[in-house]
Amino acid sequence: MSLRADLKIIQNWISPNSRILDLACGDGSLLKDLKLSKQVDGYGLEIDSEKITEAISNNINVIAANLDSGLSQFSDKSFDTVIMTEALQAMRNPDLVLDEMLRVGGNCIVTFPNFGNWRARTSLSFRGRMPVTKKLNYQWYNTPNIHFCTVFDFEELCADKNIHIKNRRFAAEHVPDKYLKNLWPNLFSDTAIYLLSK
Amino acid sequence: MPDIMPEDSVGLVAPEIISFDEPLKLACGRTLPSYQLVVETYGKLNNDKSNAILICHALSGHHHAAGYHSRDDLKPGWWDNHIGPGKPIDTNRFFVVCPNNLGGCHGSTGPNSINPNTNKVWGVEFPPLRARDWVNSQARLADRLGIQQWAAIVGGSLGGMQVMRWALEFPDRIRHAIVIASAMKLSAQNIAFNEMARNAIKSDPDFQNGNFIEKNTQPRNGLALARMIGHVTYLSDEQMGSKFGRELSAGSFQQGQYTPVEFQVESYLRHQGDAFSGSFDANTYILMTKVLDYFDLAREYDDDAIKAFSHAQCDFLIVSFLSDWRFSSERSEEIVRALIDAKKNVSYAAISSNLGHDSFLLRNEHYEKTLSAYMDRLLEDLQENKKSSNILETIL
Repeated sequence: MSLRADLKIIQNWISPNSRILDLACGDGSLLKDLKLSKQVDGYGLEIDSEKITEAISNNINVIAANLDSGLSQFSDKSFDTVIMTEALQAMRNPDLVLDEMLRVGGNCIVTFPNFGNWRARTSLSFRGRMPVTKKLNYQWYNTPNIHFCTVFDFEELCADKNIHIKNRRFAAEHVPDKYLKNLWPNLFSDTAIYLLSK
Repeated sequence: MPDIMPEDSVGLVAPEIISFDEPLKLACGRTLPSYQLVVETYGKLNNDKSNAILICHALSGHHHAAGYHSRDDLKPGWWDNHIGPGKPIDTNRFFVVCPNNLGGCHGSTGPNSINPNTNKVWGVEFPPLRARDWVNSQARLADRLGIQQWAAIVGGSLGGMQVMRWALEFPDRIRHAIVIASAMKLSAQNIAFNEMARNAIKSDPDFQNGNFIEKNTQPRNGLALARMIGHVTYLSDEQMGSKFGRELSAGSFQQGQYTPVEFQVESYLRHQGDAFSGSFDANTYILMTKVLDYFDLAREYDDDAIKAFSHAQCDFLIVSFLSDWRFSSERSEEIVRALIDAKKNVSYAAISSNLGHDSFLLRNEHYEKTLSAYMDRLLEDLQENKKSSNILETIL
């Protein structure tokens, strides 16, 4: 299976042989790919026991951890890049997690689902219902995703915190979003990918 | 044992005594002129002797880790849950070696053996040991078996301490370290529990200052009490609550009459204490608890765990259990943190279990899956290593 578009972008932002921490690493496929393509020295953090077992099978250094309790186990700037894909919205305190990522890593890469996407807006405005997408297929009461934001929201947080946006890219799966995502990212991207530093 | 031997059991096993005539210099400065280790092995050592796994036992453990000694045995070895054909430590694939530690009381040289210099039982005169002495004796055992490098060394609790010491003392002789429910050093509370246990033994008049064998007595009450203290700390409040609650095994609280009451937990503990005191040596118990207390992985590395682990070359799997308060998850997380800072390969699983410290001996789906996944990966690593060394041989 080919890598998801957002993962390809991340790959390009990673220097060879660098030290990587992947937060909410799941079964470790991103780190596995980065080990192969960039020979990185990587560790993944994960809370789900099944996924930890899968990551072990994938030959990944995986550490059981609850990200909501911070990254106090890691020293300042102990990683070149700290990555978190599609998990920011599931954090109890996304802003504090960002602070922690930037404390522990030189750079940090964050991806999140953009809730400014017109499909989400349509669902709320015209159907009067919380958006449920194929990718985030949960009802409002059982979703682990408790802190949704839009591209605008995220960039405002970065500005408030003096976080430097070194690069940003947008991904979209469907037509016409695919062709319009870079023109109006807040309206057409479904995933936003940021490279940040402090 | 069950009427029909289970397919995933190593079956009937027999221990073997291996004697070492070369003197062993101990950490305390004294030397053991000669010694013997009682050992059990399961599975087959492969041709290039690369599939050997050393099991390090904990405080009250011994060499009998899996299978049955006879058809009359009620229980299999202490880690039979995890060692056997198709089990996480799969004896179809690995050659598993489990010795009784030096200073033990199940057949290896220890306080109840004869001191060759005096021809009397060692008793309290047996030299105090440290985990490194065990590691050194196990390295000699590896030499004897022709094993240059262990595929993995595995241990829980005090066993985990030996695994970590191995990784620092013989970095090129251990490929994977599996450290379960362990710690880099004991906390003050933990030492306190051990001191209570030692005091229980020493205050039994039958202890006879440690010379009970000579005096033909056994400090059974003291040893039973020591075991009871230890045993409580290996369980969790929740588990004791669900297992015993406030149920009575005798007596009643009925108004208007008095019959002495015994809670089930009291009978249980007494049974545990009695069973243990009939099969364990009091001096060994004191010796082993002191090994635990004195262990401090980073002591000689300027108390810097990162510096200590920087000497290791193996990969690590660290496992803890969330209800374990004697060797809590925090202690395992300290190990993990130091390993990451030392830039070592490490994976860490915190297993959800309500069975306390004893969880490492028991069955648990997540625990077994974690171990199995790691062992599968280890086997792949061995195969890749074999391939690359074959290529190297061809080139050279």
